[in-house]
Amino acid sequence: MSDESPPAEQPQQRPEVLLLGPLVPFLDAALSNKFRFLKPCESSLPLLDFLAAHAVSVRVLLCSGPSPVDGDVLARLPALELVVASSAGVDHIDLAACRRLGISVTNAGSAFTDDAADYAVGLLIDILHHISASDRYVRRGLWPLKGDYPLGSKLGGKRVGIVGLGSIGSAIAKRLEAFGCPILYHSRTRKPSVSYKYFGNVRDLAAESDILIISCALTAETFHIIDKQVMLAVGKRGIIINVGRGALIDEKELVKCLMQGEIGGAGLDVFENEPVVPEELFHMDNVVLSSHKAIATPESFRNLFDLVSANLEAFFSNQPMVSLISE
Amino acid sequence: MESLGVLLPVPMNAYLESELARRYKVFRLWESPPERRQDFIRANAAAIRAVVGNSKAGADADTIDALPRLEIVACFSVGLDKVDLAKCRERGIRVTNTPDVLTDDVADLAIGLAIAVLRRLCQADRYVRSGAWLSKGDYKLTTRFSGKTIGIIGLGRIGLAIAKRAEAFGCPISYYSRSEKPNTNYKYYSNLVDLAANCHVLVVACSLTEETYHIVNREVLDALGPKGVLVNIGRGPHVDEPELVAALREGRLGGAGLDVFEQEPYVPEELFGMENVVLVPHVGSGTNETRNAMADLVIGNLEAHVMNKPLLTPVV
Repeated sequence: MSDESPPAEQPQQRPEVLLLGPLVPFLDAALSNKFRFLKPCESSLPLLDFLAAHAVSVRVLLCSGPSPVDGDVLARLPALELVVASSAGVDHIDLAACRRLGISVTNAGSAFTDDAADYAVGLLIDILHHISASDRYVRRGLWPLKGDYPLGSKLGGKRVGIVGLGSIGSAIAKRLEAFGCPILYHSRTRKPSVSYKYFGNVRDLAAESDILIISCALTAETFHIIDKQVMLAVGKRGIIINVGRGALIDEKELVKCLMQGEIGGAGLDVFENEPVVPEELFHMDNVVLSSHKAIATPESFRNLFDLVSANLEAFFSNQPMVSLISE
Repeated sequence: MESLGVLLPVPMNAYLESELARRYKVFRLWESPPERRQDFIRANAAAIRAVVGNSKAGADADTIDALPRLEIVACFSVGLDKVDLAKCRERGIRVTNTPDVLTDDVADLAIGLAIAVLRRLCQADRYVRSGAWLSKGDYKLTTRFSGKTIGIIGLGRIGLAIAKRAEAFGCPISYYSRSEKPNTNYKYYSNLVDLAANCHVLVVACSLTEETYHIVNREVLDALGPKGVLVNIGRGPHVDEPELVAALREGRLGGAGLDVFEQEPYVPEELFGMENVVLVPHVGSGTNETRNAMADLVIGNLEAHVMNKPLLTPVV
């Protein structure tokens, strides 16, 4: 940066933002109008070397996708004050380290809430009414050959246990209430403003639920929170829907329980080792599989752009952040 | 008292059949080869005083004429399109159906189909099972369901139940009906083409009558448009099926979620290759809970008839 250039020749500098991970092209273009991205992905240097060489004065990091923001990364960003995550989940960010270093973190707030909730409900109706399975059946020409598809199971009246009653969990609850489902939940803390029945642990929740919907954050505490005991508790006709993170469920155990008929079915948008999906699931008609796309809509990305933009602008004008994560 | 003779035209439900067989004399029409069915009916007409119908078969004019002792047609469905109602009225034959008990399931399916089409649930499932997530990367973006305007054809029990659910997704509701309904905040259209032009997802939820045959025609489909989605949980003949296939083929219609078809169980094979449709084999009320409740209602109506008590859910 030269001090000798006459001011008239120096263009207005857009504020600098370090970008980790690829951005969807439309977001990249739209945000580049207002912010100057520092992009390690365009360099041949390994990430940590790049950061050490070029990111010493970076104050803001935009973290796209699951690019990890761990101790190694943070150590090379001595001026960092804010991490803007482009997702609702922040399990790829070392929150404890950020807290220690006084770095604020914002996430996608409720930008994705509607789509994630819609998807969870869609997966659930699909499982109970065999929508994907019978669509396959019809397309294979089996309806005239083998007759009507086996009966499904009614949604109304089934007890829905929501694991994680945050923005997405609450939106799922609101929708399913309209279908006549009693709502139960487990969350880190009881929510006094809701009338749903609260359970202090997931196993007790599962024992009283016909359906479990996983919509909580992935943390050290919630890793494999859906374990064998929980699956046995939800039972042979129980359904599990996961729109959170793959690692919330003990996937090996889930596959075993499905194969042994210990649970009734599952709707899964996320897996422990994406894009790898246990092949045993491919032969099952009582599961619906999806490629981590619950929030992959243009509408969500537009919401995300608005939110990321708002957070970045607020930061650079010393205003409060819009979607700071709460601890 | 003579045991009630009940004609069952097609297999419907094991529980229903066993309950009927426990109480009445059941005549199973499908056990005769097609060319002998008229003879079968003629041979047993003296004993048959009831018919149990459904969406596939009921009591048309010829059947009613062949059953001089017919007193009641109890439908294992809410739809009555397979019953010649006028003829029943003329002959003093009672008709019952199964309203309310299947409303929830059908409304749930309508929403499920809309989400499945817009968010490509079945296609994504196919994508994952084929290994494409590994080899080709993420599936493409799909459009949000919440907040889309839902247009409902027929604001009866099922239409209202669909509206109530869609409202929980923030969807504005509009409808087309023979007449405007009091006590709703939903936007009424007296013209179906206008409704189609002003909604994103058009749901068929009215009964099938002469007036509503092919009510969803080319003009309606064109008005619904290249981003519009048709959901049919009514009857196949509500929709002009060849026009529907053409509209999808040519991109004049955005997508369709179909539970019913004009010639079930035959589905136009051209639809099998389309990624913007969801095809299910008339599963609308097809859950264990609901079919049991429907069966109980059929039995309840027949029992009431036999005992000369008021019918539970009479239509005629």
